Parts: sequence; C-alpha cells; structure tokens
Amino acid sequence: MVQEDKVLDARGLNCPLPILRTKKALGELTSGQVLKIVATDPGAVKDFEAFSKQTKNPLLDQAEAAGEFIFFIQKA
Amino acid sequence: MDEKKLAIIATKGTLDWGYPPFILASTAAALGYGVEIFFTFYGLQLLKKDLSHLRVSPLGNPAMPMPIPMPTLMMVLPGMEGMATSMMKSKMKAKGVASLEELRELCVEAEVRMIACQMTVDLFEFDTADFIDGIELGGAASFFEFAGESDITLFM
Repeated sequence: MVQEDKVLDARGLNCPLPILRTKKALGELTSGQVLKIVATDPGAVKDFEAFSKQTKNPLLDQAEAAGEFIFFIQKA
Repeated sequence: MDEKKLAIIATKGTLDWGYPPFILASTAAALGYGVEIFFTFYGLQLLKKDLSHLRVSPLGNPAMPMPIPMPTLMMVLPGMEGMATSMMKSKMKAKGVASLEELRELCVEAEVRMIACQMTVDLFEFDTADFIDGIELGGAASFFEFAGESDITLFM
C-alpha cells in the first residue's frame, strides 16, 4: 500500500470541487510527496485519471470501498 | 510556450447557465490551461460582486425537471421563479455542488482572466463598480487576441 503524506477529504463534494481541491492540496506538497484523496462522487474515477494524465502527477493507486473512492496522487 | 489555452464567451446570466463557464474555467486552470472568459450581454450579471439576484426560471424552459408536472400557464404565477430558484439552490447544496461564488473565487485565485464587453456594459448601463475586482474591459478585437491563440474556444 502506498503511504500518503497528506489526506484530502473530498467526500460529499461534487464535480469539479474534488479536482480543484486536489490541485490546491498538491500545491502545498513538495515533489515526490503523495496525496490521498477520499471522494464519494462516482464521476471522480474518470476525472482523477484525466487529471493525472494531463497534469503529469502520477496516479499511484486507486481503490473503491463502501461507496468511497480513494486515490493516491504523487506530486510530480 | 507550451501552455494550452481556453477561451470562453459567457452570454447568459441565469443561475443554471452561470455554472458552465466557471466550472470549465476553474477546471481548465487546474489542469494548467491559461484561461480567459469574455462576458457579454446577460453574462455580465456573473461579474457582479453579489450574485444572489441570479434566478432560474421554469418558464420557457420545458426541459427543467419539476417535482410535479405543471402546465406552462402556471409558471407565470408570482413566486414561481423564486420557488424554482430556491429549490435549485437547496438541491445543489444537498448534492455538494459548489456555489457560483465559490467557483468564481477559484477562477480568480487561478488567475483566470475576465473581460467585460465594453459595448454591452454601456448598453445596459452596468456600473463597473458593482463588478468584482480585477475585471478588464474590452471589445471583440481583444477577445480574438486571446482566442486566436487558443486551443479551445467555447460559446456559452
């Protein structure tokens, strides 16, 4: 399992807030650090893949459990 | 410069149509795009400091989902627009949709450039003092200056 440096709780937030909060949170990390995001928006799955691809911040891992979507994004 | 650019023309000033420009502008900015929004005609309403006057109307809007089917004639009754507006606002809140003010603030933070169309500001006699800070005034030519170099241009 990936070890995170910071957790972002995006539960209950709808598009585009999880992405916008993630962008902000990544800005507070240094290169190589990992942000864990917990979201409940089902659209987040595709959006985080697209965000990672376009911003070149690697999506290290993702999981789904009990209606929650978890993402690990590393700051490039 | 390898930065991608997005140019948006925002022409509508209702509560529902205020969302697309600010959602796409803030998201594009988060993805690293340079973004400019050109506000014209009713879109200028989206620049006012206070956005609480924005409404959504079921009138002339047959695709708007209503809790109960309603004949068009009823939609002209006093209070219908206010009711539809407060229903939409509470639904948005319940579903975790950002407020327009919040999305616009995120655009401002992300340095989205916002231009108010000079001609329509004059036409409708808007007071630019009512607009949020950092708004530039410009015309069609200034829109093309940015749009001409943009990867994506959207009219809303």
